[in-house]
Amino acid sequence: MSSEVISALMREHIVKLVASGKRADGRGPEETRPLTIEKNYIKTAEGSARVRLGNTDVLVGVKISTGEPYPDTPNSGVLTTSAELVPLASPTFESGPPRPEAIELARVVDRGIRETKTVDMEKLCITRGEKVWVLFIDIHALDYDGNLFDAASYGTLSALSCAKLPGRMVGGEDQPLPIQHWPVSVTAAKIRDKIVFDPALDEERIADARLTVDTDENGDVRAMQKGLSGSFQYDEVRYVISTARRLGNGIRETIRA
Amino acid sequence: MEDIEHIEKEIQLVDANGRRRDGRRLDELRPIKVEAGVLKRADGSAYVEWGGNRVLAAVYGPREAHPRHLQDPSRALVQCRYNMAPFSVSDRKRPGPDRRSVEISKVVSEAFTAVVFTEQFPRTSVDIFIEVLQADAGTRCAGITAAAVALADAGIPMRDLVASVASGKIAGQVALDLDKEEDNFGDADCPMAVVPRTGEIVLLQMDGHLTESEFDQAMRYSMDAAKRIYEMQKDALRRRYAVTALEAEAAGPGVTA
Repeated sequence: MSSEVISALMREHIVKLVASGKRADGRGPEETRPLTIEKNYIKTAEGSARVRLGNTDVLVGVKISTGEPYPDTPNSGVLTTSAELVPLASPTFESGPPRPEAIELARVVDRGIRETKTVDMEKLCITRGEKVWVLFIDIHALDYDGNLFDAASYGTLSALSCAKLPGRMVGGEDQPLPIQHWPVSVTAAKIRDKIVFDPALDEERIADARLTVDTDENGDVRAMQKGLSGSFQYDEVRYVISTARRLGNGIRETIRA
Repeated sequence: MEDIEHIEKEIQLVDANGRRRDGRRLDELRPIKVEAGVLKRADGSAYVEWGGNRVLAAVYGPREAHPRHLQDPSRALVQCRYNMAPFSVSDRKRPGPDRRSVEISKVVSEAFTAVVFTEQFPRTSVDIFIEVLQADAGTRCAGITAAAVALADAGIPMRDLVASVASGKIAGQVALDLDKEEDNFGDADCPMAVVPRTGEIVLLQMDGHLTESEFDQAMRYSMDAAKRIYEMQKDALRRRYAVTALEAEAAGPGVTA
């Protein structure tokens, strides 16, 4: 995601460590960094969560209003996901219109919740064809130390899980969002022929390939995204999926708590 | 918008005892919390909670100035970007700069140019990023207060910190540090920033209506409050580096902070 220079020495160091089953920060290959989630962090948002995955720090806000449905889905609410990689979060992020990295991040997170039907969009219909709930999910990176995909995905699910439909807009009580699934994303990075999970920044920078897998509470795969110029073998993909499923279970507990 | 008319009639910004809606006196600040060194990637950073405002500031640099044609062969540029998260306000703000944030970014850049020893770093840029996570009126003052601490945390040579606060007029009376409701229904708002050691005013804006004596009163409130804010800023820096000194001590002899 960055054009930051990494020294050949550091590159070799990380490659050697990973080759021997170790990592620069002392984790095992399948070990994710400590995850902390603060729900309802922002009072001006209908739902929000600040997520720290190691030193990676992401704030996700959900704004909810009413609006018109799309003509082809008159019965269904509207969901939009955007990501801002603000220059506060990294020396490699620049201001200006969203770059491909930010767009990919927003789309991968969006797919993770849209395709899994995390929110029951039909229940967001107020008047068929006229008025529905409109959800804006905004991902705001605060500190980029690797693996924004997972941090943003955990933040999004957490923010949705505590979001309230504002009753004042329709003359009623606040209602929780109808959440029906809990998809959890787990990202793996391939460095030479080794795979590590939840890559830290330096690992991400030297990775040859990246694979993000969303699994739901039934263990089914709900979304995937492969990134970077390297490749995976089929059995490597299967390994990543089964590990993502296992790691996802623990992470889901943390998000639901 | 019959709502607003209703509120305007009902709302009483100052009661008979000179107390405001949140119980403050006219010359009282909202609760303020300042924290230094809160982000990993940034060269310096700070977090400020100020009433319902939550603001992060990060400093990068001195580093190569971009765009390059702005480079000054005799001094560093001080470039600030003030940005509001889309979920920081009650009606979602479209991501990216609008005219208001461009203007704020400009006057804040100018305010800090006045205190940074720019001549020590020719051709470079000192970049300040202010992210408003949650807004409750007075975000630029909270942002400047945070940015000054972030500059110090980054080790940027400065003549002094900069403290910032606003005064305004509510219900016909001059009051310090308006909150959102007071700002919306008040008669004037006057944010300023000062170099506490020298009394130099490096930022001053005003909108609304103040008589000359009301303006004097507003400035007296703000100048006095700026001193208190200055102490909180220094205190945050002391806390940040006292911890570092303790850690160095714990690390054993021969290790210096």
